Amino acid sequence: MIRRRALLQRAIALGLISPLTACDFDDPAHPDLADKFLSAMSRWNDMVQAALFNPHTLAPSFRPDQITRPPRFNAFYDISQAPVVSPASWRLALSGQIADQRPWRLDELQALPQQSQITQLTCVEGWRTIGQWAGVRLSEFLRRVGADLTCRYVGFHCADGYYTSIDMASALHPQTILALSFLGAPLTPPFGAPLRLRIPTKLGFKNPKSLVALSVTNIYPGGYWEDQGYNWFSGS
Amino acid sequence: MAHKPIHPWPLRLLHALNALAIIMMIGSGWQIYNASPLFGFTFPETITIGQWLGAAIAWHLAFMWLLVLNGLCYVLWSLASGHWRKFLPLTPRLVWQDFKAALSFRLAHETGAYNAVQRLFYVGVLLAGLVLVISGLGIWKPVQLWFFCDLCGGFVVARYVHFFAMSVVVLFLAVHLALVIAVPKVLPPMIFGGRAP
Repeated sequence: MIRRRALLQRAIALGLISPLTACDFDDPAHPDLADKFLSAMSRWNDMVQAALFNPHTLAPSFRPDQITRPPRFNAFYDISQAPVVSPASWRLALSGQIADQRPWRLDELQALPQQSQITQLTCVEGWRTIGQWAGVRLSEFLRRVGADLTCRYVGFHCADGYYTSIDMASALHPQTILALSFLGAPLTPPFGAPLRLRIPTKLGFKNPKSLVALSVTNIYPGGYWEDQGYNWFSGS
Repeated sequence: MAHKPIHPWPLRLLHALNALAIIMMIGSGWQIYNASPLFGFTFPETITIGQWLGAAIAWHLAFMWLLVLNGLCYVLWSLASGHWRKFLPLTPRLVWQDFKAALSFRLAHETGAYNAVQRLFYVGVLLAGLVLVISGLGIWKPVQLWFFCDLCGGFVVARYVHFFAMSVVVLFLAVHLALVIAVPKVLPPMIFGGRAP
């Protein structure tokens, strides 16, 4: 009797778990019960991370001799397919809750005050790489173009079709920069030329490369990986 | 009058929820490990949870709440009920005596009481769980929860700490389940309560 009850309980437990773990996030347009559960927990983890976020806590800095050489390339495609953008014709388009939406040229961004950092880029896969990036503080840029800093999101689009978005508090963090250079030289195509976001308080995939458009909005913009199931906030 | 159970219902409930959380955390953790292996091997996909990294992380960061909240409930219940006294006394001499007795099959199973080797195992796995939570929080948030990350020797070392603490839990589970197979009568009380002698 006891054995039968134990077996039955085990069967029910297995029956509950197995559909949950069958195949998750395989079809984002048609979420099953497990996908809905995982998405709800991911939204909860977004809220917890936003509450944990301290705008004064800095990501650790490293010495020049700790820089990873050669630098590690990473994208959802091979290094040979990295987009090559002509610096002369390149523009950064602005949209959303921004007062001055005039597109920005590269030399205009180069003329702004630059900040350098040697920080760790932590990949969602678990590895990390240390590099030196320099560029314009995103908070400085957003103020300059008259962005509404009470908006919830800053969204980014890239030359390769990649897109992502971050919360405004992280966007205004002092170490969040629009990077123009990497390892002391202008960005090269595999590492995000001509302009990329460098945000050491978030995981690597929240550091979009080869930016072509920036928007400030209250409408959730999602992201390439986020829409497939990665946690949106993904703060470090 | 009702009999006193071997395992009171709060302990059985905590144990069941912990078993679920541990299975989900280890299964999804192995899939996360596979994305960037620390050693020259990966875990077979058939025994991991979540078919790809994004799903595995989602399971891991969902069930960490069950693991931690259930663990906190266990600590509070242990303190309030006096359950923690079962882990004492715990001295190297007692462990050695009971270990030798167990190897020569002279160690009797005492219902509802832990021998010194069992106490060492349970205290050890609880400590491993604590190390897993601390290193895990350090890996999840190396900037905001930097103190946990630093406590484990930084981000890179924390991943190894997390891995080895997981290995301790898996070793514990192997022994734990082997003993249940060797002495099957201990299983029903953990589900239904049983009757204390």
